[in-house]
Amino acid sequence: MLKKKFTILDHELVPKHILLTKEEKKQLLEQLKIRPEQLPWIRASDPVAKLIGAKPGDIVKIVRKSPTAGEAIAYRFVVP
Amino acid sequence: MKTKKMSLEDLKKKLEEYSAELPKSVIARLEEKLSEIVDRLKVSDVEKIINEVIKQYREALIEPGEAVGTISAQSIGEPGTQMTLRTFHFAGVRELNVTLGLPRLIEILDAKRAPSTPLMRIELDEKTKYDKAKAEELARKIQHVTIENVTSSISIDFGQQIILLQLDEELMRDKRLTLDMVINALSKHKIGVIESVIERVEETSEGKKKKIIEITIAMPEGIEATKLVKLRQKILSIKLKGIKGLKRVVVKEVSKEGETYYYLEVEGSNLQGILNNLDELEGIDPTRIMTNNIHEIAAVLGIEAARTAIINEVMSVLREQGLDVDIRHVMLVADLMTMTGKVRQIGRHGISGEKASVLARAAFEVTTKHLLEASARGEEDPLAGVIENVVVGQLIPIGSGMVELRIKRGGE
Repeated sequence: MLKKKFTILDHELVPKHILLTKEEKKQLLEQLKIRPEQLPWIRASDPVAKLIGAKPGDIVKIVRKSPTAGEAIAYRFVVP
Repeated sequence: MKTKKMSLEDLKKKLEEYSAELPKSVIARLEEKLSEIVDRLKVSDVEKIINEVIKQYREALIEPGEAVGTISAQSIGEPGTQMTLRTFHFAGVRELNVTLGLPRLIEILDAKRAPSTPLMRIELDEKTKYDKAKAEELARKIQHVTIENVTSSISIDFGQQIILLQLDEELMRDKRLTLDMVINALSKHKIGVIESVIERVEETSEGKKKKIIEITIAMPEGIEATKLVKLRQKILSIKLKGIKGLKRVVVKEVSKEGETYYYLEVEGSNLQGILNNLDELEGIDPTRIMTNNIHEIAAVLGIEAARTAIINEVMSVLREQGLDVDIRHVMLVADLMTMTGKVRQIGRHGISGEKASVLARAAFEVTTKHLLEASARGEEDPLAGVIENVVVGQLIPIGSGMVELRIKRGGE
């Protein structure tokens, strides 16, 4: 029986992390009218950041399951 | 016809259009309630209802400039005064001691390196969770067993420079260990030479017969006495099986809606250890392994998982004490703690101690030290925060005080 190998991305506690493209990043910063470092951070050494291949300077979109809103979207700026 | 009634599909489509303006949970509730009466509604009615909901939702949102941190601090702090300072200790073999209440809350918010009672909860997968025998087998596989756990006595003979090890056969059988496994582990660690292995039967005080295995280990010649003592400790801590750090594993039973299933409760915590050995531990559900060590979660599963874990842990402590604190306050605390990508404590070595403003730091603790260091370094304070403006006696930047007016000269 072939079973999919478990990665930490499958864990219940880990929400979906999506790496933003350059255009999406620009669009987001314009929409929020902020500099990227004003977002919360995620370290490039973070296990999830490493798995999705995020490099310092990128922005990660996080789709959290929220007990109040059902689904909440957050962003984190990748720092070294 | 203008008075066309809506179908369930139309309703879903209509709600979909508003998905950008309302959170998912509100849309889900709207759908649930509206679907009951959908056959009596016109499109315009539904639109009216949705627009009213959007209006109410926007009014319920917190306003820009609101001092949410202060509200959260008060909302968690006041019920916190009613928490018991007592840590609970359960006498008995099958129960584990857990830090709860205020001590545990402080532990989480102070982001202590390790909890005082590290605990893991390991859920089993669908195939295994109803099978008690399999759960117990897994528990034995996980539990960390060292030589110490199967030894009845150990002694050093300084004259002959040997260490005498007496193994308890009963304990070994209980842990599913054979003599070969023990000897293998011993020889792998290159501590002395195993001189002899003797098995004999001894009679205990109650007249029962007990099998005892004696292992004699010869030490290198001319070894110092202090080193011998150290070696004894090393022998005792040699790992025989299991995963490091997981001291006790208890199979727990849950009965819910006529179904009984099992999970493992572990004293000690080693998330990485279990994830590394998943191949050998068939039956464990790796997606639902939990630990109460927040730093471990941050290191293994990342900062977002740590944020969720902080919220879950704090809420479970508060709920267990019967305190009803809105989860949004706890979420704000967790967001702040994980803001920089690392878990920081609320307190002098974390959020309060790392504030950008000198005056804010000086107002918190050890005033002179902060002022002296700041003046030595030539720090500046732009007076952007609340505390520093209180210190200098200005309007604080909160609510309407946040608004600044700039006039552009020569503008139209």
